[in-house]
Amino acid sequence: MNDGVNGVALGVFIFFFLAVTVMGFLAARWRKAENEHSLDEWGLGGRSFGTWVTWFLLGGDLYTAYTFVAVPAAIYAAGAAGFFAVPYTILVYPLIFTFLPRLWSVSHKHGYVTTSDFVRGRFGSKGLSLAVALTGILATMPYIALQLVGIQAVLDVMGVGGGENTNWFIKDLPLLIAFGVLAAYTYSSGLRAPALIAFVKDTLIYIVIAVAIIYIPIKLGGFDEIFAKASEAYSQTNPATGAPRGALVPAEAGQWTYATLALGSALALFMYPHSITATLSSRSREVIRRNTTILPLYSLMLGLLALLGFMAIAAGIKVQNGQLAIPQLFETMFPDWFAGVAFAAIGIGALVPAAIMSIAAANLFTRNIYKDFIKPDATPAQETKVSKIVSLLVKVGALVFVLTMDKTVAINFQLLGGIWILQTFPALVGGLFTRWFHRWALLAGWAVGMLYGTLAAYGVASPTQKHFGGSAKEIPGIGEIGYIGLTAFVLNVVVTVVLTFVLKAAKAPEGIDETSPEDYTADAGDPGVKVELPPATAGSSH
Amino acid sequence: MSDAPEANRGLVTPVRVVIALCLVAPFVAMLWVGSYAKTDPELAGIPFFYWYQMLWVLISTLLTMVAYKLWQRDQRARASQKGGASE
Repeated sequence: MNDGVNGVALGVFIFFFLAVTVMGFLAARWRKAENEHSLDEWGLGGRSFGTWVTWFLLGGDLYTAYTFVAVPAAIYAAGAAGFFAVPYTILVYPLIFTFLPRLWSVSHKHGYVTTSDFVRGRFGSKGLSLAVALTGILATMPYIALQLVGIQAVLDVMGVGGGENTNWFIKDLPLLIAFGVLAAYTYSSGLRAPALIAFVKDTLIYIVIAVAIIYIPIKLGGFDEIFAKASEAYSQTNPATGAPRGALVPAEAGQWTYATLALGSALALFMYPHSITATLSSRSREVIRRNTTILPLYSLMLGLLALLGFMAIAAGIKVQNGQLAIPQLFETMFPDWFAGVAFAAIGIGALVPAAIMSIAAANLFTRNIYKDFIKPDATPAQETKVSKIVSLLVKVGALVFVLTMDKTVAINFQLLGGIWILQTFPALVGGLFTRWFHRWALLAGWAVGMLYGTLAAYGVASPTQKHFGGSAKEIPGIGEIGYIGLTAFVLNVVVTVVLTFVLKAAKAPEGIDETSPEDYTADAGDPGVKVELPPATAGSSH
Repeated sequence: MSDAPEANRGLVTPVRVVIALCLVAPFVAMLWVGSYAKTDPELAGIPFFYWYQMLWVLISTLLTMVAYKLWQRDQRARASQKGGASE
């Protein structure tokens, strides 16, 4: 590892960082609406985004800095098992093709800003809506923290993270600055800021990947050489476990894990509040369907990115902390100035999702906790104000989390978050297609899934950790090792279905459904569908 | 659209079956890990396991596009059947 500060790389990094900061503040003026004091405006960008803005926003949102660091890091650590991210993102799009347009329609018809809004309206249950909101907030917080871990990794490699001996304030100052800036422009510009910055982020990422995937293999002697070296490295025995480090292809035993992780993660992704925020901000139902046909471009990028993990091995990168493998690879292989560009891509890649996630968590709090339980008569201006403040608090919370606790804690919680958020699937997606499920059954199913998932994850040990050592465990009754989240989800569905039969037989009150069947297919332009803004002026051609 | 061969207005039409198949195919292909957990044949030095899954990114994109186009046609056909005046 290079000692000292990499001046050129740092300079380039700072340049891009300043550029996006200016953009972030100017974003407030982009497609400005008459009434900026509504939550629709601040939290959903006025619901006006067209196909391309939505594409950038969703891409910027789902493929985070942590993804860029963690996916190749997983490959670097263990080989094939880490590649599940690719089938996972392949499965996401056919899945959302079926249900997201319905969510868009019903939300625009009834003015829902969050998934909990919908659940409350559909099932007439504040309790169920609260459960969904809390799960969303809980699952999002560690995700934001991980974005900071991503920035930290880059800062470390550039040499500005400070050594072990530097005082904590100096050591964390760059991170504090980055975060202060992020907080300030999210506060002032809302969802418009990350939408605009996402353009820069994705452009940088695509350039970096394209260069990396051509340039690095040439320097390393081609893919043959890279995979030969990786294969050799994986076959070596890990002293901690007594088993080989990994494999190029998953063995028979690992295939269930691979498939269940891919499926479970795909089901979970669009339960996250930030994915929904980006979806609802689009202008029409068509924009979403059209997006499912162009979003897979990101999966291709992710696949190429994952291959960098093999390159890190072939290039002889040795790091204790796997998160540093890719930044270190960039620093070793690229000329300094381009390493700076790559670091900027990762750094900005952290800012976009962190901003959207904090907005999404804030929307949930404001709509489904503050307005439903604390101050039912809040005005739109008050809602916006509370949301802004909460988005700030959420970020500060994440910052404190990262600075005071070990990184593995953030990763553990993120892992739990994925298991948790998947438990809201029956209420949300089930609710989009049928009113058959009983609200209390859904709540009970959710509780069982949460409980099982948390306990099961707690019981997973790894060579370095006693608890939360991984996300896969033996599936009861099948005997194969599978993703805990998916097992919990199946349990959740079973409980929900059984209890629905019981509650219906007992004639338990069903609650009032404020939606009607045609709400789920309404599109922009239909009567009653709110389109707050005149057609977009900048940035989108369709 | 003037051509509306699917006069059948039931919930399950041949077009909708094709749409469903397009959307289900990636699940079958990707979750059947045993079908692609091998290194050979390699492509430009990349083991089968990796390039096959990347290829599926493209295949599933294509399938989703087909599903999208068919769905659009299906919706238009239905709209024009319900009442030609509703534009």
